[in-house]
Amino acid sequence: MTNDLDIFVGNTTLIDEEVYQLWLDGYSVSDAVSLRLRSGILEQTGATVDVLQSDTMDHYRTFHMLERLLHTPSKLIHQLHFQIPPSRQAMLIERYYAFDEAFVREVLGKKLSKGTKKDLDDVSTKTSITLKSCRRQFDNFKRVFKVVEEMRGSLVENIQQHFLLSDRLARDYAAIVFFANSRFETGKKKLQFLTFEDFAYCAEQMIQNWTLGAVDSNVDDMDVDLDKEFLQELKELKVLITDKDLLDLHKSLVCTSLRGKISVYNEMEANFKNLSRALVNMASKLIHTKDVRDFFIDLVEKFIEPCKSDKWTLNDVRLFLTQYTTSAHTLDAFRHQALWDRYMSTIKSCLLKMYHD
Amino acid sequence: MPGKLKVKIVAGRHLPVMDRASDLTDAFVEVKFGNTTFKTDVYPKSLNPQWNSEWFKFEVDDEDLQDEPLQITVLDHDTYSANDAIGKVYIDIDPLLYSEAATVISGWFPIYDTIHGIRGEINVVVKVDLFNDLNRFRQSSCGVKFFCTTSIPKCYRAVVVHGFVEELVVNEDPEYQWIDRIRTPRASNEARQRLISLMSGELQRKIGLKVLEMRGNAVVGYLQCFDLEGESGLVVRAIGTVCTLDKISNTAFLPACNSPSKEMKEIPFNEDPNPNTHSSGPSTPLKNQTYSFSPSKSYSRQSSSSDTDLSLTPKTGMGSGSAGKEGGPFKALLRQQTQTALEQREFPFFTLTAFPPGFLVHVGGVVSARSVKLLDRIHNPDEPETRDAWWAEIRQEIKSHAKALGCHAVVGYSESTSICEEVCILSASGTAAVLNPRFLQDGTMEGCLEQRLSWQPGFFSIGSEKGEVDFFPQNQDSSSLLGIEETSPPGCGFCHIPYDELNMPFPAHLTYCYNCRKQKVPDVLFTTIDLPAEAMVIGKGCLIQARLCRLKKKAQAEANATSISNLLPFMEYEVHTQLMNKLKLKGMNALFGLRIQITVGENMLMGLASATGVYLTALPTPGGIQIAGKTPNDGAYEQHISHMQKKINDTIAKNKELYEINPPEIPEEIIGSPFPEPRQRSRLLRSQSESSDEVMELDLSHGKKDAFVLEIDDTDAMEDVHSLLTDVPPPPGFYSCNTEIMPGINNWTSDIQMFTSVRVSRLSNINLTNQTLNKNFNDLCENLLKSLYFKLRSMIPCCLCHVNFTVALPEDEVIQVTVTAVAITFDKNQALQTSKVPAEKTLQRASTDNEEQLQFPMELCSDPLVSQPFSPAKAASLDKASPLAEGYLRHRSVPSCTNSTVSVVKMTPLSFIPGAKITKYLGIINMFFIRETTSLREMRKIQSPEKYANSSKQPVF
Repeated sequence: MTNDLDIFVGNTTLIDEEVYQLWLDGYSVSDAVSLRLRSGILEQTGATVDVLQSDTMDHYRTFHMLERLLHTPSKLIHQLHFQIPPSRQAMLIERYYAFDEAFVREVLGKKLSKGTKKDLDDVSTKTSITLKSCRRQFDNFKRVFKVVEEMRGSLVENIQQHFLLSDRLARDYAAIVFFANSRFETGKKKLQFLTFEDFAYCAEQMIQNWTLGAVDSNVDDMDVDLDKEFLQELKELKVLITDKDLLDLHKSLVCTSLRGKISVYNEMEANFKNLSRALVNMASKLIHTKDVRDFFIDLVEKFIEPCKSDKWTLNDVRLFLTQYTTSAHTLDAFRHQALWDRYMSTIKSCLLKMYHD
Repeated sequence: MPGKLKVKIVAGRHLPVMDRASDLTDAFVEVKFGNTTFKTDVYPKSLNPQWNSEWFKFEVDDEDLQDEPLQITVLDHDTYSANDAIGKVYIDIDPLLYSEAATVISGWFPIYDTIHGIRGEINVVVKVDLFNDLNRFRQSSCGVKFFCTTSIPKCYRAVVVHGFVEELVVNEDPEYQWIDRIRTPRASNEARQRLISLMSGELQRKIGLKVLEMRGNAVVGYLQCFDLEGESGLVVRAIGTVCTLDKISNTAFLPACNSPSKEMKEIPFNEDPNPNTHSSGPSTPLKNQTYSFSPSKSYSRQSSSSDTDLSLTPKTGMGSGSAGKEGGPFKALLRQQTQTALEQREFPFFTLTAFPPGFLVHVGGVVSARSVKLLDRIHNPDEPETRDAWWAEIRQEIKSHAKALGCHAVVGYSESTSICEEVCILSASGTAAVLNPRFLQDGTMEGCLEQRLSWQPGFFSIGSEKGEVDFFPQNQDSSSLLGIEETSPPGCGFCHIPYDELNMPFPAHLTYCYNCRKQKVPDVLFTTIDLPAEAMVIGKGCLIQARLCRLKKKAQAEANATSISNLLPFMEYEVHTQLMNKLKLKGMNALFGLRIQITVGENMLMGLASATGVYLTALPTPGGIQIAGKTPNDGAYEQHISHMQKKINDTIAKNKELYEINPPEIPEEIIGSPFPEPRQRSRLLRSQSESSDEVMELDLSHGKKDAFVLEIDDTDAMEDVHSLLTDVPPPPGFYSCNTEIMPGINNWTSDIQMFTSVRVSRLSNINLTNQTLNKNFNDLCENLLKSLYFKLRSMIPCCLCHVNFTVALPEDEVIQVTVTAVAITFDKNQALQTSKVPAEKTLQRASTDNEEQLQFPMELCSDPLVSQPFSPAKAASLDKASPLAEGYLRHRSVPSCTNSTVSVVKMTPLSFIPGAKITKYLGIINMFFIRETTSLREMRKIQSPEKYANSSKQPVF
């Protein structure tokens, strides 16, 4: 006797969170069944494998029907097909748009194009996340990107409004969109020690300080692109390293105030010029798209690595960057105080976030 | 000209793309009622059109208002070619026709297409202005309320219960008309869908007319069925119980007892500190409701002739109502009826299954009748009289069975059909009962008819009865005489036998009632009603099913009908035996809510009986089951037998523990004289129509006292014993029953989930035998139950209530089982809080309860079902109705927000929602869907005439 048809329709749509997770993780019905078997569910409930199989199938069918709606979460809220209490709707959406850390690290900063999608099987092998799940996550990124790319207003708010995500998840997506748009390089070996959270934090800092929306929230509120004018102006900072006197003065100011406070004073003193050059050079080059992409590599190669090799502690770095930034204000010959602050506050936040093992 | 229907089309959303080039749609809407059509402007290039139309006004007869559905068709405008249909919405405007109900229907409706399913939604506002017509109710019956619940609806009280009402409407099935060969499937589906709406509207209107004629104002226990007879037509029929209901005023004193968890210990007057569950005694007359039968008319059968005048009025091309000229045999029957008219009025049928205490005096047992008919022999298929005569015959038979049991009424009455090709089995069943003769006295004799007492949840009628006295002042005196203090004690009276002990209609084993020790009771009781509120039970109840298949040879016409008729008695017998065995195995002694469904297929008959077993304290403790072998000399065999016996005894012990059945030990001598010849008693009277009025008795006389003996003499019997033991009890935390609520569980919490589950199974082997078939069917049902338990495990502890199984045989070797039920959680800790919710709160809620809440989110629960790809079937002729049982759509506001958003619409087949209070019934909702799915060359239509009723708004405590 074979079952041609086996379905269950509840007045409120029945959703098993465990099965939903298995489905999201891209397991086939049979894999999901064997995973559920291993969880000992049969022993707990006294059910049989047949029951489990049919239950899993039924849930998968429901999820499959829900998926179309999940692509536009507002549709899920308004549809009349499935009666789902609001809290469950939120759970469905949140979980559908959740992503794996390992996956996002692979894709972050890449162009969300067909080409990248084709390479997902490599990502899948590398991260041991199923290809199906990779595709879902990738499509989510792309879908969010497409919707908010050209939109005015706060990036996070836009995402929240259109995809009904939690604040946290919306922030993460904002970072992903921001990275994808500017195509920051994050995949290099040297950057592997950085987590998605590090990048997301940096992205937030950059969105808050370096985009058009950061300076003028009323007009042309665009959170996605860096403020070109600002990048152009950054060239002016070069004076800090090209003017020999200014550089020396800056160094002496920093050294004086840090003496006795920083544990790596000698190393700092010896390295000051290199570090200062690195930071200022980065600023002056950010107008080039190529250098924007390499932003994080530059930060790591030119600042973090030298400091690490000299065994700076996080506190040392913090003291140094604070002093380094504020001392510039006392340089009478240096006029770009506002610009300097706008640049350095973000750099400082990013570096401090990134300075770990 | 007494009505004006106003419709406004507001907007659409999520429409499908109809124009490939632009990926957009140029949508407009046609609004049609009767023969009048209006159109909106085209809203170009949008999937979310905003029409914001003017008010379209239809001036119509209220007769049409009742019959016709409002048809809204959404189309895509094409300049050069014909406009493409996107889909339709049918709105039944019936809920707008009640005086106290909604005045407006507004909200988003899913746009439905018979080929593509749901395609977007449309926002519509519908209003009706009814002009009061003094010459009213000639043809229409606006204002008659319909309730599908089989008890007096909450927030109403029954002033008078008038009796049985039935009606039947026949029409040619558009699917079988010649024009169907040339029109598109969509056109044919829509013709059908519209016809079904129309017929159902007409049926309801006609029932309403009869109700008004009987001076009632409502139909309770309304049961509407569609018979898709195929070539011979499409039949809509309905039965119900006519009542005069009085709305319990929504003011001041609604007692807070409708949270079911408190019911158990709460006596009618909250103030009384001594909870006394079984006492409807002294307090009853004070709060009685008037209740009576109007003896003036009997509507069981003459009705079809009485409305002849009706059907003569020309009705837009439809087949007429259930009247017309009487055929020969029918005439004779009528004559006979007039003779018995007097008798008839004392002999009412009631579709209700729950009654006020004191109403039921004695319950005789289940009466049922079946009849096999050939549809192609109907002389005049478009006229209803043949079917009317068929049903009349069956009802007559039911009546005589009831009489044989010494009963003058049939309660818990229902009718059903099973059709396969040209063969049709008509079935009717009910419970023979003796009703309180005082209730049957003439006029407005009143009784202590509250709605169901303590054990039934949702009971909150008490407070309002005060006004009652004014209403029927003449009843004051008599009220004190009434009730329970007379012959039968409340907790066990209904179990006492109604028939003469010396002249029993069938052999039965009687003892003195274990409760009052005065009257005789049978040792087992089978009924089709819910457990009476006042009944005393021990432990919990459980769902008991008997399942059976019988192969039959494929045959044509008469031969087929004969072979079916010959099989039926055996099936009934076996079903009964199975039920009896399983009941004993559970250690219980009574069945409630018994429903036996016999389904006919090409090459087999299926029988499925469901009931809820309980242990009634009034009845004797059931004896065990003894197994007797036929070959006593064989040692190994003997051993096997004793092994089986041990297993059975263990199961009984286990079940007793599981269902908490621990009756007090009663010294033997108190129990009445043992009868010399104990036997198995059948409370099931049945017969086939072919076998005239001969009452079949099931008489299995076995040897030992108080033990039920199974003889294992062949493999069949062996199978039987095995199958007995294969039924697995539900996992811990789960209970199930097919009655409204579970006996023995009182503390429901508010979490409910109604569901439908469908399984279609293909029997793979060619050499089917009865045994393998039985086993397959049994497994199918058991597995289905198991998967339900698994699915709903997050609700533990919970009870599946109102479990309703339906079996269909859509093709050869294919079995389709549908289950509808509602899972309700309960509090394991038996926390019986007695908190009273202040009445003000109720009032507040009630006042916020305005019509803004009246949006109608339509639940299309059948859609995921029908959209399943169906395996290739034979042809379009294979229409199958999957008669999903009635579901009751209810609106419920969320506890947290008192404003007008409805987040979740709760549906329940029950008459209550735990933790919620019904303040208003919005009316009956009838929905019909035809969905066509195409697989390769095959075409098949699945139709589910579905009934949602009694949508109600209810603030929540």
